[in-house]
Order: sequence, then structure tokens, then C-alpha cells
Amino acid sequence: MTQSQPVLEVKDLTTRFDTQDGVVHAVNGVSFDVNPGEFLGVVGESGSGKSVTMMSLLRLIPMPPGEIISGEARYDDQDLLQIDIEELRDIRGGKIGFIFQDPMTSLNPVLTVGYQIQESLRIHQELPTDLRQDRAVELLELVGIPSAKQRLKSFPHELSGGMRQRVMIAVALACSPKILIADEPTTALDVTIQAQIIELVKDLRERLGTAVIWITHDLGVVAGIADRVIVMYGGQIVEEAKVEDLYESPHHPYTIGLLGSIPRLDQKGSELISIAGAPPSLYSAPEACTFAPRCPWAFERCHQENPPLLQIGEGRRAACWWDIENERPRDVD
Amino acid sequence: MLTDSTKSGANSTPAAADPLVQVTGLKKHFPILGGLFRRQVGAVKAVDGVSFHIERGETLGLVGESGSGKSTIGRVMLQLDHATEGSVLFEGTELTDTRGEALRQIRPKMQMVFQDPHASLNPRMTVASIVGEPLREHRAGSREERKTRIDELLDLVGLEPGHANRYPHEFSGGQRQRIGIARAIALSPDFIVCDEPIAALDVSIQSQIVNLLEKLQDTLGLTYLFISHDLSMVRHIADRVAVMYLGRIMELSDVDELYTDPKHPYTKALLSAVPVPDPKIEAVRQRVILEGDIPSPANPPPGCPFNTRCPVAQERCELEVPAWRELSHGHWVACHFAE
Ligand SMILES: Nc1ncnc2c1ncn2[C@@H]1O[C@H](COP(=O)(O)OP(=O)(O)O)[C@@H](O)[C@H]1O
Ligand SMILES: Nc1ncnc2c1ncn2[C@@H]1O[C@H](COP(=O)(O)OP(=O)(O)O)[C@@H](O)[C@H]1O
Ligand code: SF4
Ligand SMILES: [Mg+2]
Ligand SMILES: [Mg+2]
Repeated sequence: MTQSQPVLEVKDLTTRFDTQDGVVHAVNGVSFDVNPGEFLGVVGESGSGKSVTMMSLLRLIPMPPGEIISGEARYDDQDLLQIDIEELRDIRGGKIGFIFQDPMTSLNPVLTVGYQIQESLRIHQELPTDLRQDRAVELLELVGIPSAKQRLKSFPHELSGGMRQRVMIAVALACSPKILIADEPTTALDVTIQAQIIELVKDLRERLGTAVIWITHDLGVVAGIADRVIVMYGGQIVEEAKVEDLYESPHHPYTIGLLGSIPRLDQKGSELISIAGAPPSLYSAPEACTFAPRCPWAFERCHQENPPLLQIGEGRRAACWWDIENERPRDVD
Repeated sequence: MLTDSTKSGANSTPAAADPLVQVTGLKKHFPILGGLFRRQVGAVKAVDGVSFHIERGETLGLVGESGSGKSTIGRVMLQLDHATEGSVLFEGTELTDTRGEALRQIRPKMQMVFQDPHASLNPRMTVASIVGEPLREHRAGSREERKTRIDELLDLVGLEPGHANRYPHEFSGGQRQRIGIARAIALSPDFIVCDEPIAALDVSIQSQIVNLLEKLQDTLGLTYLFISHDLSMVRHIADRVAVMYLGRIMELSDVDELYTDPKHPYTKALLSAVPVPDPKIEAVRQRVILEGDIPSPANPPPGCPFNTRCPVAQERCELEVPAWRELSHGHWVACHFAE
């Protein structure tokens, strides 16, 4: 990868929810970069903080109960967490397109597809009305919707799941964003439709040069599309690596466990090696390694200190006190 | 001259010497009511003529995209829904015309594990009463014996005796699924329909539950129908696999043969669409990307149900339902051109 300036730099992001049952420590000190045109995969099980991380960047979490406690999100020399809301609105759906699962930010059921795409164009770009319509048709064609012109008049419920997801992508891409954030965009879809959408996004990204952040719990999906991968667990990033490195030699015990526990389509597996136990409760701030109770390599330090995300090689980071490669505790303070 | 091969399709039956379950020409159509008088104006052909058997002690995987009729097959097999047509033989007994007390006698032998462990467990009942419910219902043993049996069941599924007096909400998704499994095996069934038993669980928990199901199969000699849309997991757990599309089985064979040498164009496309967690393989994989969406089962296309999306369809496919043919021993397929 070329050494260019990242399009997005996130530093030490911490988000909590103050709920009736207590404070949920949803995201704890998350830092990562996104390079121009890069495809970044974000994997992790449900509740690991993937969505809250990305929604926090755009300040789309409900506040209250949510609160962004600390952090920085640098985009184009501005901190998205500090700039005033008017400026942020310009960026949301403009320079940063997004597809969240959250119905609040999804398609509006009572407005036509055409209206929703043109609305996005109206807010973010100064185009005369007739050109807006042309652009909307162009966008629907771009995402592979047949008879695009007629489709402008369709309501979301008149479309299949796959077609709706294509429309969401068209809306997100309407203003030629620098970054597209897609939160589990294929999770609800059947596998043959998922394959269509993945093919589409791969193709679009090549043609448009948009950086993509793709959130999923499916390690298979990420393997086929990402350049780099971030693995989240318990509201933290536990590992980060280039996609080939991550799958060839995972360094964090959680990643190792996850890859060992999934069966493969292309191999007749033996017994699945499952990770014992369950994901951590988020009702307290992490004071030790959140994976320690489930980790086969855990030793004393793991139960006492929360490991930071350590640089462990070129383009590789892992939050773990144990040095898997050399089979000894990591030599850090 | 083209002939209608539907009939032969529904009747040719892959039979085993002594199957535990034999399903033949099974149909389930749900009426669509409409108009002023709520008359039947159509039918959702959820299951539209399927035949297969399940051998004792094996796991038959049933895969296919959502709405293809997998759950309906499971429900009709267990008589939770009436068949519209066709036969379900369980240990030689015809279930589709068994009713009342006779059916009640057979029920303990056939159980179901559901997808959603939240929805299928009564939140106001303790774990002990949930697991013990089938025992009480079928008056199995004395109070004391039932209590012992409940402890034994909890142990079998990897729960602690101390869990007995707790409520479902105190458990994680994976543990709730264990409770559901304990209830399903309470009456020592022969046959369990597992309907997407891991779909609602986290990745790291899925393998725990699958390992448990495999262990129980070994120790208790269970036979499974394992319904899932997760083709990778089905490869892992199943002995044979049936692939459904729009209410019909498109292909059925031994698991390894199905995954390494699929014969039906739909199976080929389905398998090629599943991502593999290996970037090197993904980088060079050739995909068959199917166009369009699955048609509605209320209005399936004539001829081969797959013809609207099939990459190799010919004119014949729109006119003639492909016969259900045995290509090689135990490898069945419904496609005019499969060879
Ligand atoms: N609005 C909210 N109120 C309270 N807790 C929330 C809210 N949104 C998310 N959370 C909690 O934050 C944690 C992280 O959630 P999320 O980022 O959605 O996980 P993921 O996307 O990885 O599945 C979870 O424990 C979730 O319950
Ligand atoms: N009780 C019902 N009434 C009407 N239609 C139904 C009913 N149950 C299922 N269906 C329809 O039958 C088809 C098959 O459903 P199902 O067996 O649940 O599929 P799968 O389990 O493969 O997703 C679907 O189109 C579904 O909407
Ligand atoms: S019968 Fe025709 S349409 Fe159906 S799968 Fe075979 S080739 Fe395709
Ligand atoms: Mg999420
Ligand atoms: Mg189902």
C-alpha cells in the first residue's frame, strides 16, 4: 500500500451508554486509520462495538443515553467529533456515505426511491432539478437496477431485499463520497444475493476509488473483499493486519479461536475447536484483558492489566500480552 | 413431443433398506384468501412434491435460501402442520393420517430444536420446569425420577445442576439453546428436526452447540434433520444433503459428493456464492453470480422452478418440470441437463 495520508484517523474513541441497568462501556479507546481507496474490513461478534464505533464517528448514536467520552476522528483536517453539527451534516451522506442496519438511517418507507436519492443530491450538491433526476437514474443504473427510470417511482416495499440494498448503496454513493461505511449490508440477505452485492461493491470501489469500511461478523466475506482487517472484541480492537496476514497467521488468541471454530465450505473438517465461555459483559470498564477468561494462553498479567494495541510487525497490531510467535510473554512495560 | 414428467418426479423415491423416515411426494400448500368472501384465490406452494428418506443415526442436511420451504418440511414431518398431499412414514407408521391418541404416542420419538432460543422458552418457567415439561406431559416417571432425569439432562447438555431453578433470561443465547436441546431430548427421541439451531448465535458459540449436537448424536444414537442456510456448517455436520429451491429438492447426495461434485446448476451457484475464510482462495475463486431474485412460491415459474435464474437454461426448462433422477448411486438431481 502506498504511504499516503489517511482519509480518516480515529484516535482513542470511547463511547458509553448510561442505561437503567448501568453504564455500558460499548467502545473503549478505539484507534484506527483508513487510507484513500482502501477496503477495511471490521469483524467481531454481535455486541463487540462495531456499529457504535462507526455511528459515533458520525455522531449518529442517540445521546442520551449515549455519550462520546473521548476521542478524535480526523477527516480532511477537521475533527468530526468537534465540528459543529451543520458542518457534520454536510459530511454525512456527502463526503462520507453510510449504510447502517438501523432503520432510522435506512430508507424511508413512505417516500419513493427516486425522491430519496434526489434528496441526498439536493442537500449535498448544487444541481438543477432536471440534472438531479438524470443523476438519480445514472446512480440506479450504476448499482445494477434494471429499468432504472421506472424504478424512481417505486416505494422501498415494492423492491426485494437485494434491490433495496442496491438502492441504499446508490443513496450512499450519490455524492461521490471519499469513504463509504457499510454496516453488515448483506447480513439479512440470502447468500446468492449477498454474492451479487459483494460483486457490485468490489466493482464500484474499483471504478470510483472510494474507501470502504465494511462491518461484518462473517470472516468469509471479509477474506474475499478486504485489504486490511480490524478485529473487535468487547468494545476494543484486539487485532489489526493485512488480510492475508490475518488469515495466514492470526496473532491474537481471539482471532485464532474464531478462525478455528468456523467450518469451511472447501474442506471436510474434523471437530470444530470452539472458544469456551461467552463474550464479556460491558457493564464495567476493561481493567484486564477482556478475552482472558476464555483464553488458553492467559497468564497472570492478562488478568491484571488491559493490554494496549501493540505494534507487532509491519502493519500489524495486536492487543495481547502473550507473544504467540515466540511463545513467551511480550517484553513490554 | 414433450411429456410431463411431474408425476414420475414426485413418485420416484430414493429408498433405503430400513429408513427411520421416508417422505414421498410431500406437498404443503398454504391457501391465499381474498376477495369479499375470503375465498381461496391462490396457494403458496411452500413444499411442492418432495421425496427423500433419512437413515437411522444419520444427519440429513437441508439447505436452501429463505422461503424455499425448509421449515415447512420440518413442521409437516413432525405433524405440527398437516400435509396437503403425500406421505411421511416414520418407523413404518404413516404419520399424515395418524391423529389423536395414536399421534400422542408417537410424538415423544420426534422432537424439534428451534432457531430462536428466546422465543421458544417460556420466560416465566424455570429451567427445571421447561426441561421437565415433556416428562410431566407424558407422565414419565415419578416426581423423584423426573427430578433425577432433569439433572441428568442438564448435565448431558453441559449445564450445571445449579441452573435448574433459574429463568431463561439469566442465560446467554448459547446456554438457552442448550436448555432447548435438553427439553428436546427429555423423552429419549429417535429423531430431531434441528431448524436453524445456530442461526441466532454468535460465531464463537455456534461451534459449541454443533459440537454438543454431534456428541449427543453419538451417545444417544439420534437421527437429525439439520435445517440450515449455513452451507459450511452443513458440510461439517451432515452425512447427506438435500438442496431446496422454491419448494422442491433440486439435488440430494452424500455430503462430500455434493460439495466436491455438485450436479445441479443451482447447487453449483449456491456453493460458489459462499465465501471461504481464506483470502488466497477467495482471490482466485470463480463465482457464478445468479441474476435476479427468487420468484414467489405463490407464483412459481412453469417448468423447472430454477429456470428464471439458471445460467444454462434452455427452452425446454420453461416447459417441462425436470424429472427427479438418480444420476449415480444415491445422487439425485432434478435438472434436464445434469450428467
Ligand atoms: N442505544 C443504546 N443503548 C444502550 N446500549 C447500547 C445502545 N446501542 C448499543 N448499545 C450497546 O453497545 C454495545 C455495542 O453494540 P454494537 O456496537 O451495536 O455492537 P456490534 O455492532 O458489534 O454488534 C452492545 O452491548 C450494545 O448493547
Ligand atoms: N403458515 C403459513 N401461511 C402461509 N404461508 C406460509 C406459512 N408458513 C410458511 N409460509 C410460506 O411458505 C414458504 C416457505 O416457508 P418456510 O418453510 O418457512 O421456508 P424456509 O424455512 O426455507 O425459509 C414461504 O414463502 C413462506 O412465506
Ligand atoms: S432444468 Fe434447466 S433451468 Fe432447471 S436447473 Fe437444469 S438447466 Fe437450469
Ligand atoms: Mg452492529
Ligand atoms: Mg425456516
